[in-house]
Amino acid sequence: MSDTPVLSIQDLTVSLGTRRGPARAVAGVDWSVRAGETFALVGESGSGKSMTVLAATGLAPEAARVTGRVELLGEELTTMPAQRRRRMRGRHVGFVFQDPMTSLNPVLTVGRQIAEPCEEHLGMSRRAARDRAVELLDLVGIPSAAQRVEAYPHQFSGGMRQRVVIAMALACEPDLLIADEPTTALDVTTQAQIVELIAALQQRLGTAVVWITHDLGVVAGVADTVAVMYGGRIVEQGPVEAVFADPSHPYTAALLAARPEPGRVVAQLPAIQGSPPSPFELPPGCAFWSRCPVRADARCEHELPPLAEVAPAHLVRSFYQQARQGEGR
Amino acid sequence: MSQDTESAVRGDAGTGGRDAESALRRVLTALRHDPPAIAGTLVLLLLVLVGVAGTQLAPAGINDIDVDNMLAPPSREHLFGTDELGRDVLSRVLVAARVSLQVGAVSVGIALAVGLTLGLLAGYYRGWVDTVLMRCMDVLFAFPVLLLAVAIVAVLGPGLLTAMVAIGVVYTPIFARVTRAGVLSVREQVFVRAAVSIGTSDLRIMRRHILPNIAAPLIVQTSLSLAFAILSEAALSFLGLGIQPPAPAWGRMLFDARGFVTDAWWLGVFPGAAIFLTVLAFNLVGDALRDVLDPRQLTVSEARRSTE
Amino acid sequence: MNRPEPQAPPTAPPTAPAPAGDIVAELDELKVWFPAPGRTSVRAVDGVSLQIRRGETLGLVGESGSGKSTTGLALLRLVEPTAGRIHVAGEEVTGWSRRRLRRLRRRVAMVFQDPQASLDPRRTIADSVAEPLIVHGLGGDRAGRRRRVAELLELVGLRGDLADRHPHELSGGQRQRVGIARALAGEPDLIVLDEPIASLDLSVQAQIMNLLRGLQAELGLTYLFIAHDLAAVEHMSDRIAVMYLGRIVETGTPAQIYGNPGHPYTAALLSAIPVADPLVERRRRRIILTGEIPSPVDPPSGCRFRTRCPQARPDCAETDPDLIEVETGQYAACLYAVEAVRQMRARQEEPAPPKPRFEPDTTTGGEAGLSRSAGLD
Repeated sequence: MSDTPVLSIQDLTVSLGTRRGPARAVAGVDWSVRAGETFALVGESGSGKSMTVLAATGLAPEAARVTGRVELLGEELTTMPAQRRRRMRGRHVGFVFQDPMTSLNPVLTVGRQIAEPCEEHLGMSRRAARDRAVELLDLVGIPSAAQRVEAYPHQFSGGMRQRVVIAMALACEPDLLIADEPTTALDVTTQAQIVELIAALQQRLGTAVVWITHDLGVVAGVADTVAVMYGGRIVEQGPVEAVFADPSHPYTAALLAARPEPGRVVAQLPAIQGSPPSPFELPPGCAFWSRCPVRADARCEHELPPLAEVAPAHLVRSFYQQARQGEGR
Repeated sequence: MSQDTESAVRGDAGTGGRDAESALRRVLTALRHDPPAIAGTLVLLLLVLVGVAGTQLAPAGINDIDVDNMLAPPSREHLFGTDELGRDVLSRVLVAARVSLQVGAVSVGIALAVGLTLGLLAGYYRGWVDTVLMRCMDVLFAFPVLLLAVAIVAVLGPGLLTAMVAIGVVYTPIFARVTRAGVLSVREQVFVRAAVSIGTSDLRIMRRHILPNIAAPLIVQTSLSLAFAILSEAALSFLGLGIQPPAPAWGRMLFDARGFVTDAWWLGVFPGAAIFLTVLAFNLVGDALRDVLDPRQLTVSEARRSTE
Repeated sequence: MNRPEPQAPPTAPPTAPAPAGDIVAELDELKVWFPAPGRTSVRAVDGVSLQIRRGETLGLVGESGSGKSTTGLALLRLVEPTAGRIHVAGEEVTGWSRRRLRRLRRRVAMVFQDPQASLDPRRTIADSVAEPLIVHGLGGDRAGRRRRVAELLELVGLRGDLADRHPHELSGGQRQRVGIARALAGEPDLIVLDEPIASLDLSVQAQIMNLLRGLQAELGLTYLFIAHDLAAVEHMSDRIAVMYLGRIVETGTPAQIYGNPGHPYTAALLSAIPVADPLVERRRRRIILTGEIPSPVDPPSGCRFRTRCPQARPDCAETDPDLIEVETGQYAACLYAVEAVRQMRARQEEPAPPKPRFEPDTTTGGEAGLSRSAGLD
């Protein structure tokens, strides 16, 4: 297993021009993911988690300005000519999005849709691609794959459709699988099935997986490394056990505390007041300042805290934490 | 992408989530950047001015017969020349504008009022009401304007009223359809269900919730229908079914110019140009309104500029 | 700081159950069938009976296709019942005409899932909240209504100056508060909340749940809380009903449902809820249901859940189980209630084979990062 990360992002910034003015969706994001690793990107709406990945792979809207360095399998993506980038992306990256209904073309059979990337990027013949489609449907757990390959998307249930989408994403045996809220629209029992499926496939194929979600429970189950985003920036990042055992950014801690846990009965949930910030109105300092229940360091309001280590590989963007660290806790 | 960012990038008008004041401001801002729309608006303003003050603006009387001067080409005295009775063509064209506007406004007004009501009832109540009403509309839709006008002439006799009624009746179905389509989509929205859950009466729901939310397509349809109504009026007066001579009407003037196409081109060209420009102006404004009142994409260059 | 392993909750729940006797709403064998092409029907709700007592929160939980939302809508007669009876505040409203339904609509109010969609985008907040006042003749004149609107907005934690804004100018959480204020305007006996937090950001969900509970305590409200998120339902409810394919399969208090589920489906639901603790998550064995939810057009014979139940036995295909009492106040519709769950969970107790953990990148050097074997002990 090579040590080069499959995907490496450095200082990624994404600005969007809109009618209401410039919106800064992502700012100064660094992370990487290696083969066999699952990297989770967590955040609420407006955090920039989806936009980070879309911009990195060249799928940001045309109106977006993307700066920074992105390397896919060691090759620089941002300066690559569009045609070549499209081919690299098609061959080496698979995508699973939230809504299986709109990810699939309603007028083509599922077999056709799975076969298409095989023909295009692997140069397979029509017949070979179709056989591969049957193989993949079987791999993702669709019963009677040989018959179902001729079916249309609307003939599948939500969970099954998402499996089809996963089959499509894996068609070219990509090095990287990007799953953007793949289970949010699904029932919790179906979610459990899909989570297991992706984990099993990753084991088998050694794919790197980037899992974007707002559900901390899912992250706890699937991720090796997690990065928490707020207001377009990463506020905490590290191995999943470390971050969950010792959430060092007030936002992470608050997010974990605000979930109702079955079996743990409380009268009032510790809720964070206010709402996630709009990408149009981001303050110069820490974006979480106005909602922060801690506010231990006055610098946070006007000065942007840098990401610093509080434990090996565990990074936090907060003056407060760094001050505590300095005191040697 | 968060919903807010996404819709902002699209330049969404959203589901009409703006109050009336800013909608007007948006319309004006958008029109300002659209040269054809500006031109169209100016022509329309001119038209309205002429329609209101036509007789005052006319240099000569519309029925001042001057046989000695007949069929005179355009000159300083008669900018558009004179016709076969020596009448000043410019004056006649100006005054005829009022006829066109009148017929256009009244007929589209009728079509809007009746079509809106029928479409609202059909779309809201569905069932047999919908079936009956829309089949009637389908029948009407199948009638060419002229055929219907002939039928109405048989009842009412030719004239201004006939023209207005005929055109109004013929354009009712399109308003009914546009309204019904809008109602069908709006009534499925959750806020309508919420209003039902409160116990709001049907009438109140239609008036306060549905109508304001279907205003946009209706406005667009109105401006486009005005264009066609004026064209239809010209056709009717061409055939002698509209306002009767000696009152001037653009279509009638075209008819009279038939025999003089080669000898006195000004008799046909000026009224024809007037029809053409008016219809074009309404179409341009209508298109621009449609672009503004429906969500649209910000162009890439505009978007990039705003990030710098 | 390790999250403690989930334990049985304390025996005295924080909210005492409401005294029986004052029943605000009741459904009796309610069926709602929608016509489907081919002379069949989609049996969205297929025989649901429940009672809601004054002052309590009844949680209705289920996944898609369970019929929980349709049940809520039927309570307000927003969908027409095909069979069965609906009682509200002692009166049977099943057959009420449209005119009489107006009275019903004051007694039962609804809060919808998508706060943006449930508010008319062209009307101000004040207009939307005042609508029930106008429709039912409350609040007096225009000035009186304005005062009442201000009161209601304050009650749900919104600043008064938001009254003249439009929905798109508010955040998701604020919009949902408006929805709640509107529901309160008619002073209803019962509020049906249809997935009220599903569309909100996580950090806002907790705020809204706290608000709802606070209002309930302050105003003595009664809720029917419909959701697919079992954790949220447990947090909010005094009693819970679990639905599957148009039927109720289990009822009980949160303590009972969580601590000792009687129906295999409930156990599977509980097992599917992700826990925000990596150590727990990596060790646990989930009860993974096989297959997909059957079509509501043609439910399976006998027990509807048998096609996916890990414990299905032969006679499950022949008998359609009724709700039987497995403990005081806890009912489950399963021929092998409790016992089947016990067997399912016994399998779960076996330690799962440790999942190999990926070695993280420690670019800063210094102490070695967590090695492969760590995190498994």
